Amino acid sequence: MTESHAATQEIHGHPALQHHFENMEQQREAGTLGMWVFLVTEIMFFGGMFLAYTLYRSSFPAAFASASNHLDITLGAVNTGVLILSSFTMALAVYFTQVGNRRPQILCLVLTLILGLAFLGIKAVEYHDKYTDRLIPGHLIPGASFGPQIQEHDQPIDHHKLHLLPGATVKQVEMFYWIYFAMTGMHALHMIIGAGLLTFLIIFSVKGRFDPEYHSPVEVIGLYWHFVDIVWIVIFTVVYLIPTGNGPA
Amino acid sequence: MADATELERTAPAARARRPNARHPSPREYIRIAMILGIVTAAEVAIYYIDWVRENGLLIPLLFLFSLIKFSLVVLWFMHLRFDSRTYARFFVMGLAGAVTLFLVVLLTFRTFAG
Repeated sequence: MTESHAATQEIHGHPALQHHFENMEQQREAGTLGMWVFLVTEIMFFGGMFLAYTLYRSSFPAAFASASNHLDITLGAVNTGVLILSSFTMALAVYFTQVGNRRPQILCLVLTLILGLAFLGIKAVEYHDKYTDRLIPGHLIPGASFGPQIQEHDQPIDHHKLHLLPGATVKQVEMFYWIYFAMTGMHALHMIIGAGLLTFLIIFSVKGRFDPEYHSPVEVIGLYWHFVDIVWIVIFTVVYLIPTGNGPA
Repeated sequence: MADATELERTAPAARARRPNARHPSPREYIRIAMILGIVTAAEVAIYYIDWVRENGLLIPLLFLFSLIKFSLVVLWFMHLRFDSRTYARFFVMGLAGAVTLFLVVLLTFRTFAG
């Protein structure tokens, strides 16, 4: 511990106070501002992918409608509900940390983690369906390159087959899945990072590291978690629900 | 030493004001979560209503619902409505920049022409 740090703690009391801050409030505000600046860069990051999606969708409307109609709306909607619920428990975790109520704080953090993992589990089911329908683009998986079965008009409807709208080609559908996996994959990666951060929060909460004076880690990780939630809200609307063809298959 | 005394006197009061005065209560969070659930259910429901689709209302309504959900999460769960205006300025500036860039590129590629 440096002399200045020791001196700062002597004056202000809290062991979590870093030497370059005047007090805990200033430290909290600096951390929160840093997280908001980071979230702005995240808007730019995901914005680029939404832009690519919109451009290609306008270039190949029939193919993107065919591919979009093949997505599982039910799983997407359930995942939206799961993430909204996890945002709610995260908001409560921040609240209980601020008022110094430790048991509900830990409970809410654990629930948030469980819901986050549930989201990833449902996403894995969705990815597995795409794998079995041979909709993984390119040659990412050896022996299972992109090659969906096409639904013929005179045959009974098979939900594992791709219903191609007039004007759509398989190659264009593959482009949809490149962007779909990039967007949902990057979102899932953010969820995994969030789940890791939540695990640390739970460990530190159990150890009693947070209190009404020092709760900024819970608050800023909460901001990150809510941001990941709103990215999914937009993905669900734009990729799953907005059709440009004849609607649900 | 005078500075330290001043901080010791004012900081606890400032901290005591924070939790309940500036952030929503659990009851408000419950209300927001319920609204978000209802809006999501409405989004999925209108997707299956032919009348909405046939009258060209589906896409505007989906964007509206998405905007409502986005705003509720940012304003309440991320408590941007209650926190310092500086955070809101940063977020809105970033969002406005991204949306402007988005529209410029779409216009460049004549996406709206068709």
